[in-house]
Parts: sequence; structure tokens; C-alpha cells
Amino acid sequence: MGEHGNGDPSTGAVIKAGEGRSSGYAIDNPGLPPHRPRLADADEKAAKRAERQVSALFLISIIGTVMFFVGYFAVGVTAGDLNMLRLQNTLLGVGVAFAMLGIGLGVVQWARALMPDHEVVEDRKPLRKEEDRAEAAQTVDEILDETQIKRRPLLRNTLIGAALLAPLPAVVVFRDLDRSEDFGPERMRHTLWTEGVRLVRDPTGTPIRASDLTVGSAVHAIPETLREVSGHGDRLAEKAKAVVLLIRMNPDDFEAVTPGREDWKHEGIIACSKVCTHVGCPVALYERHTHHLLCPCHQSTFDAAAEFKVTFGPAGRPLPQLPITVDDEGFLIARSDFTEPVGPTYWERG
Amino acid sequence: MKALSQKRRHPLAAVALLLLGLLLTGGLYAAATSINEAQASNAADVYSASDVEEGERLFVANCATCHGINAEGSDAGPSLIGSGAAAVDFQVGTGRMPMQMSGPQAQKKPAQFNDEQTMQLSAYVASLGSGPAVPAAEYLDVEEGNIARGGELFRINCAMCHNAAAAGGALTEGKYAPGLDGVESVHIYEAMVTGPQNMPEFTDANIPPEDKRDIIAFLKNNESQSAPGGFALGSLGPVSEGLLIWTLGLALLIGSMVWLTSRSS
Amino acid sequence: MSSQSLESKYTEEQYSEVDQYQPATRTGKIANYVDQRVGGTGMVREFGRKVFPDHWTFMFGEVALYSFVITVISGAFLTFWFDPSMASTRYDGAYVPLQGVEMSTAYATSLELSFDVRGGLFMRQLHHWAALMFIMAMAIHMLRVFFTGAFRKPRELNWVVGCTLLLAGLGAGFTGYSLPDEVLSGNGLRIIDGMLKAIPVVGTYISFFLFGGEFPGDEVIPRLYSLHIFIIPAVILILIAVHLFMVVTHKHTQYPGPGRTERNVVGYPIGPVYAAKAGGFFFVVFGVLALLAGTFQINALWNYGPYDPSPVQAGTQPDWYIGWFDGLLRLMPGYIGDIPLEFVLPTPWGGNSVATPVLVTFIPITALLLGLFVWPWIEAWITGDKKEHHILDRPRNVPGRTAFGMAMMIWYFVMWAAASSDLIATHFSLSFNDVLIWLRVLFFAGPILTFIITKRICLALQRKDREIVLHGNEAGVIEMLPHGEFREKHTRVSDYELYTLVSYESPEVTAARPNSRGKVGLLEKSRVTLNRTFFEDRVAPVSREEYIEALSHDDHGTAAELPAGSVGAIESKKN
Repeated sequence: MGEHGNGDPSTGAVIKAGEGRSSGYAIDNPGLPPHRPRLADADEKAAKRAERQVSALFLISIIGTVMFFVGYFAVGVTAGDLNMLRLQNTLLGVGVAFAMLGIGLGVVQWARALMPDHEVVEDRKPLRKEEDRAEAAQTVDEILDETQIKRRPLLRNTLIGAALLAPLPAVVVFRDLDRSEDFGPERMRHTLWTEGVRLVRDPTGTPIRASDLTVGSAVHAIPETLREVSGHGDRLAEKAKAVVLLIRMNPDDFEAVTPGREDWKHEGIIACSKVCTHVGCPVALYERHTHHLLCPCHQSTFDAAAEFKVTFGPAGRPLPQLPITVDDEGFLIARSDFTEPVGPTYWERG
Repeated sequence: MKALSQKRRHPLAAVALLLLGLLLTGGLYAAATSINEAQASNAADVYSASDVEEGERLFVANCATCHGINAEGSDAGPSLIGSGAAAVDFQVGTGRMPMQMSGPQAQKKPAQFNDEQTMQLSAYVASLGSGPAVPAAEYLDVEEGNIARGGELFRINCAMCHNAAAAGGALTEGKYAPGLDGVESVHIYEAMVTGPQNMPEFTDANIPPEDKRDIIAFLKNNESQSAPGGFALGSLGPVSEGLLIWTLGLALLIGSMVWLTSRSS
Repeated sequence: MSSQSLESKYTEEQYSEVDQYQPATRTGKIANYVDQRVGGTGMVREFGRKVFPDHWTFMFGEVALYSFVITVISGAFLTFWFDPSMASTRYDGAYVPLQGVEMSTAYATSLELSFDVRGGLFMRQLHHWAALMFIMAMAIHMLRVFFTGAFRKPRELNWVVGCTLLLAGLGAGFTGYSLPDEVLSGNGLRIIDGMLKAIPVVGTYISFFLFGGEFPGDEVIPRLYSLHIFIIPAVILILIAVHLFMVVTHKHTQYPGPGRTERNVVGYPIGPVYAAKAGGFFFVVFGVLALLAGTFQINALWNYGPYDPSPVQAGTQPDWYIGWFDGLLRLMPGYIGDIPLEFVLPTPWGGNSVATPVLVTFIPITALLLGLFVWPWIEAWITGDKKEHHILDRPRNVPGRTAFGMAMMIWYFVMWAAASSDLIATHFSLSFNDVLIWLRVLFFAGPILTFIITKRICLALQRKDREIVLHGNEAGVIEMLPHGEFREKHTRVSDYELYTLVSYESPEVTAARPNSRGKVGLLEKSRVTLNRTFFEDRVAPVSREEYIEALSHDDHGTAAELPAGSVGAIESKKN
């Protein structure tokens, strides 16, 4: 900036919001700059060139449409051949893209190069005139007057009462969005697990022997009784509560056991609900050496060695543990249902 | 216990835990009889005595610094007694061992040993104690596998870490499950059986060899097919799609908008 | 009461004229036919030459409109094959890796649409890319409106309509994302279920009513479908109509510049230039989307498998516009140290659970969305500006608003980035734990730093503008003065450019105004504090006196070196 100052920028013009308009600035509004003609305005050759450009773009559009037809009719996609499907999809997409871009860019170039480019000034109309508003207010008053609503409060009050009640059926009629017989939050406390229910592998449904699990194994299990649930929706809803992760650790790795949970494990095998206590994603990622269980949705991390307590992330409670043991044949079974509701916290959980 | 969990946050703790875990598992393998034993063939049947001998020479020269002169393990590496040939073939065959540097987990890199040397190392470790063997060729024949069934098994057992399109994903504290594209069938199989690093084990009792073949067939089928919709953007799902619309999509729009409102010369 | 006269105020000729009018041209004939029946010529006369200002940033609204139209076209195509039923079926379509797998009809028909219907995959991808672009364009359009102050009086209500459109767009996007009933969107629904359940008192029941019982049941997809293809698009269409009607009523805003005033609109008439450009632009947007749909795969739903509550996959994320909700869920810790944030509220009937980690995430969501809706009134209250505005602000000339807007953008961006914490970790060899902890810090520090930095940048740019007004641009030529001094030559800018740089409002901090009882209330005090953050350190535009002073200081400030016109304007003012 050198020797010449910049003034004191904080003490310059004060044009308060809304006052400024177009006066009071350092210079007055000089008006629109003079119009500068384009090449095509002055030179017919340039105009012709622009015309050819535009038609070339339209021709490209035609080629694009042809390309679409080639992709649609000439590419034979046999079942399971994804390579040909990809080729077809590309031809369709690029074809439509050329067809559209050809028209679009052509029309725009036409407007830019050949149509008049004089800027036009149009006045803004005041949104409403003062007298209009007064007149409107008067009309409304007159209408109200003619209805006599102010003079007859009985009419007004009963109408208000009726109008308040009338929409209620529109709300109540949605009550049957949930028609289940066991309606209410109580059902969320129970899952299919009860004493003696075998843990079976998901999705094959084979029962699991304790000896099948080596240290470091992780098995995704469901209750054997799940297959007896009829109805796709009910089966999904029951599965959504009952999914369990079975892992086997070195028994020495377990930290202190909460009193009452001593017999919930079988040797080093421990089972927990797979439904995250945060917002319900399946906590399915198991790291065998750190004993971490990780939810891939929001990174809640649970420690399987410490009864699934939360070590990181947004979950607010440990994962519920499923008490397990083995039956006479050596298969893993549940000792009981979960002792607390599984999944995300809800108001009535208590 | 609280003190331990706090120390766990220390960066070296992850490594220590990892090593501790490997050590324990190795020890347990040696001690316990696992279901894999049935499949783990006697080393003497498969490998010749000279393989074992040559393997031991390679081991002493390249591995003993961490794993101990008799593969009994040390502070720096777990015992390999009972790890089995499959674990060696996986770790050495994918270049994870010898380890280049310590970190959250061993990284895949070009293999340091050729096939023969890897086989000899496997022979040596297999001779130390029974463990999972290198899988038989019949379980790697993807032509025999049921792709749809493999997909179902993959989604339940593998996709949570390795991503539905096997593109890999994050684990805690900087560890990760690698992408599976281009991994050899034999290494996929061995990883399932041995559970390298923090991966759980999927023994033959839990996922029978035929099922493992189905999973491999599913992965190999996906690998052989191109993404039908065009560039797959790393198969990372909505994040890379969002990134594309905010970069390429927006750039194309702004470019056309600026051109459209500019004056023609 | 006297009977009313039947006499009309129009004459018989005026009525019969309609039948006698003989148009001369072909266009005239068509116009006459239409006009005699529905009276359209008035509209053509009104709109045919209506002026629209032209600036590239004004086109994001059009992009939103056009991509919405494209989602409607492609979506209509998809409805012919897609069946939202959750009835169980065994897939037997062309995609080999899923053959024989049990799945819902919704998922099976989505696959059929992609693999067995020719062009179906393209249309699905077009639909999805257009949806992403629709919401992106709305978001950028709103940012443009925000940073240029276009939401100010008389356009506040249209801003509210726009905000509602954004919400409707999010709703349309999310309901659509869930329809194919695969594992990815199923887990998305499960997250929504978890968030609903966290709402005290009514949350559990809202979830039951949405899912028709316990999650997931088999009713939710058909319900989302009717929301997605009927209710939400209808709302969007109506709102778009209202939005455009208001744009026409208000006439478009324009950037400050020579010839532009608060009383006029400068631009191109609809016919032909603006119509051609806007119409052509529809095809350009369509083309760009078709290019994306043909070359980039989106939502590869065949990879995810049929929805089942057991599986999940690494990289489970929502589409970008829902990302910030997901990120917030990740950012909020469940425990502080060893203390759980979740607690049981003791009540006479035993106690109710409060899912604090989830509930807390509703605070920033509400703050941002509600703040968006009421911002025009908040700003008017802070600044005390109750006047109409048709000339836009250059963002630098309103440092307070620009800095606040940037701070909110960064806040949003942190939440958004948190939704991909796991991918950031794997792609930059980091630990997602560290990534999240840093993002938690940035969640608080980011907006504050951004406010300060942006405000300083705005003020610096304003000072640069002053410099250009007072001394002109550096010419890049060093000259030696007779006494040996070297200095750089400056060239003065023309009045046209100059006017843009000086024609802005620059309010000073306003003092507290006592209320009717002569007291300054708490509300007024906070208003003044906010007013000060907005306007302190203001850089005022160059005043007329300063400008004339600067001209006279110019050694070479002779008429010959000034651009034509400028001196004239000044001279005439001096007199």
C-alpha cells in the first residue's frame, strides 16, 4: 500500500440497513454498462459458425439416441452375465447422456450466441398499495360482520368446539396401524429363549456342541424354536430379538463375574445378545485377542471379557448376556431367557 | 482390572495384547485336542524329512529372532508349536510374516519366500505339533461350490468385518479387516481355519470344509464378474456415492452453469 | 329491497367481440383458440417478456427442480415392476449369487428390476443419482440464499417453504432408501427404530405404529412405499408450486451492480433467451445424471443380501443427506469415564428409562433445522432491519452473517464426517477411535474457530475493496518519479466496477433500546450483544468525501487517465 493510506475503514460511510437504496454511496449508480456486441452480432460468418456448432450438438444428440438403441437391442445379456449387463448399462447411460446433453448444450449455445443478449430493465411493482390493503381489511371486516359471528357468541363457541373435536377421528383411525394381540411394550421383555432351547447356527440351523468351539471361535446363533414361528414378519421380529453371538475365550481371560452370573458360561463359552444397546444394529464384529465386540454402525465397542461392558462409543449399557449350559448330548442350550430386555433403550424399559 | 483397561489404551498395549493372545492360542493348540486334528494330517505323511530339515534351517535364519530358536515363542512373537502348516502357509504366503514393522496388525506385502521355501517352513512348524493343515485341493475347487449358499454364509459370518462386497472394513484401535479381492483361495481357506491376527477361527465343526468352499466360490465368482452398474467406487456404499455427487456431480453442474450464464464472445 | 338491475357494466360489443376477432397469423389463430376458452393470452403477455436476472449461482434451484422431475419420471418407471410386499419368496432371477435364496418380494422385484428388465438397472441408478443431486442442489441453493441474504423481507415465507421442501426431500430420500429391503437399508430402519424408541413417553408406541408391531414385522415397507410414491411427492409438488408462485410474485433478487437498484430487475426476458437457457439446462442436468447412471454404480443392492436381523456389514452408512444424523449418533459417547449417561428416572410405577446418548443427538438436529426455519426473523431481530431487500449482499459485506453461516456449515460438516469415521480410519491408516475423538473436539471448537476466521477473512476482503476503490488496481508497472522514488502504478477501475464495490449497506452497532417502561430487558441486552458480534469491527464502504479526497491525491488523477464517465459522475456531484 506504500505511503498512501487507506482511510479509517471503521469511520467511513454509515449506510444503515435498508436506508441505502441506490443513493448515498461514494458514486451514483452509473446505469447499465454499454452493450458490447458479440462476434455473431456483427459478423455473419461468426453467426454461421455458431449455427453450425449448434446443429453439430443436435447431431450428437441423434447419435446418442442411436447408441441407446444399440445398447438396448444389440447387447444380449444372458442370465448372470454381469459383464454384458455392464456394457448395456454403459451404452444406455452414455447414449441418453449424449442425447440429452446434445439438445441441452445446443439450445443453450443457440441462446448464448444467436438470441438477443440485451439486458432488459423491468420495474418492480410495489407488492401491494396501501389503499389496497385498507380496502382488503375493510372487505374482511364487512364479511365478518355479515356472518354475525361477533354478535352471536353461541354460534362461535359451538363452532370452535365442533372444529376442535372433528379432526380427532382422523387421528384415532390410525390406531390399527398395530393390530397385534400382544400390543404394548411388555412384549419387548421376552424373546424365544427359554430354559432348554438349543442354540443353533445361523443360517444353517445345526445345533452346536460345546466341543465345536475352539478358543477364538465365534458363532452366530439363533434359537432352535425360531423355525417353528409361522409368518415371515413374526419370524423376523422374533429373530430380531433373539440373535446371539457365541464366543469361546480362554477361561483365564474373564474378568470379575457379577454375583448371580457364575453359571451363565460354559467353560470359556459365553453368549450375548447381538442387538446393540445403542440403536439396535447387530454387534457382530469380534476380535479374538482383544475380546472386543464392535458395532459397525456407530462403533460401540464392548468387552467380552468384562461381561460386555462398553469400552468405547455411544452405547449406554452392556450387551445383555444369555445364560447358557450344555444338555446331556453336549449341545449348547439356554438356561433361561435374557434377564433384561434386549436392544435399544426405550421409555418403558425401567 | 480398571488399571488394565486403562493401560489398554496405550498404543503398545494393542501389540502386547496381540502377542499375548497369539501366545496363548499357540499354547492351547499344543495342549488341547481340537476338532481340526482330524483334518490335520500327520506331518510325516505329507512332508519329507528333508523338507522339515530345510524348513528348520530357514526358520532359524529368518523367524527365530521373534519366535524363539525352537519356535517356543518370546516376548516379541508367539509360540508356533501347534500352529499348524495352514497358519504358516497363510502368514508367509501372503507376506505378512516376516513382519516388516510393528503396528496394530501385520500387513500384507509381497511374499519373502518362494513356494518351496514356504512349504518347507510349513513342514517344519507342522512337525512341531499338530495343527490345521494346508487344505486339500478338493476344497478349493470353486467349480464345485454353491455360490448362493456361500453368499449366505459370507453375509452372516464374514461381511460384518470384510464388507458385503469384500472390500474390507475398520476394526478397533486402527486394526482392520482387509479386502478380499485377489486373495488366493488357499489363503482364504487358511485364514478361516486359523483365524490370523484378530480374526475369529471358523473350525470345520462350525463351517464344514464344503461350506468354506462355497464361501470361496462366492468370492471368486464376484471377483470374476465386473460391477454391472459401472465403476463400483470401491464398493464402499453410500459414502463414496455421496462423495462422487459432491465432487464430480457438482463440478459438472457448476461447469455447465458458469458456461450457460457467461456471455458468448 | 329493490330488485337488482340486470345491466352489466360491460357493453354488448365487448362480449360479442370475442366471436368476431379474426387473427391474422398462425400463432395468432392458436392463441385465439386457447384464449377464447381458457383466457391464456394474459399470461403470455405477463410472462412472455418477464425479466430474470442471470447468474450461475441462481441456477441451483433449477437443478433441484429438474432433478426432482427426473426422479419422478424414473421413479414412475420403477413402480411398474417393483412390488413393496414383504411376503416371503424364493429368488429365481438372473443374478446367480442369490438364486434360491429366500427373500421378500420387495427385494426380489428390486433384483428383477436390475437384472431382468432391460434398462431397469439404468433407471434405478438414474433415480438414485437424481435423488442425491436433488437434495444436494436444494442444500446449495439454500446456502446461496443464506449467504446472499435473499431470505430477507419480503421473502421470509418463501424461505420457510424452501426449508419445508428440504425436509420433505430428506423424507423422500429416506423412505426410498429403505424400500429394496436389503441388509443395508434394513439396518438403517433398525437405527430409526432405535432412535424412535429413545423418545420419552411416546417413542415406543410410534415405533409400534410405524412397524405394525415389533421391529421389523412385514408391514413397514408397504407403508414407506405409499409415503414415498404418493404422500411425500404430493407435498413436494404442492410446495414447489407455492415456491415458484412466490418467486414470480416477488420477482427475482439480483446482485449489486451498475444499473441494478432496489426498484428494478435487470436481466433477460423469458422469451426467448431465458426460456431457451432454462429449458436447455433441463436437458443438461438430465444428461449429467444419465452419464452418472451409466458409468457409476450406485446402491449395489445385490451385494447386501435380503434383510435379516442377524447380518450386518462393515461400512454401514446412510445416503449422504442422512449422514449427519448418523454421525451425531457416533459422536455422542455413552459413558463419560465410567459413568453411564443413560439412567432410570424413578417414577411411582417403577421407573422409566432415559436413553440420554440418543436423546442428546436430537439437540443439534433440532437446533440446526429449527434455526434454519426461523433465521430470517432472528436476523431481522438482531439487526433491527425491517426493510424490503431485492439487492443481494455480497457475503463479505455482511461478515457477521457469513461467519455465522460458515460456522454452522462446519458444524454440519463435522457431524457429516463423523458418519464415515470408519472409512476415514481405514483409508488414512488411522484408528477410528482417534478419528472420533478428534471430531468430538472439532464439534465444539470447529464452529468457533470458523466464525472468527471467516469474519476476519470477510473484513480483509472488504479492506481490499476499499483499497481498490481509493487507489485502483495495481497495474504491475513500476515507475520512477523525478526525485528517484520508485512506485507501482495503479489504474483506476471504471465506475461500473466501482459501484459494485461501494454500494453496500454498513450498519453500525446499535445501542440498546429501552422498552416502554424505560428499562433495558434481558432480551434486548442479548440482542445488543448479538448485534455487536455482527457489526463490530465493521469496514465501511468508501464515502463520497473519501473518494473525492483520494482522487485529488492522485498525482496523475487527471481526466485523461480516468475511464470515460467516471469523472463526469463525480463532477456533477461536486456541483
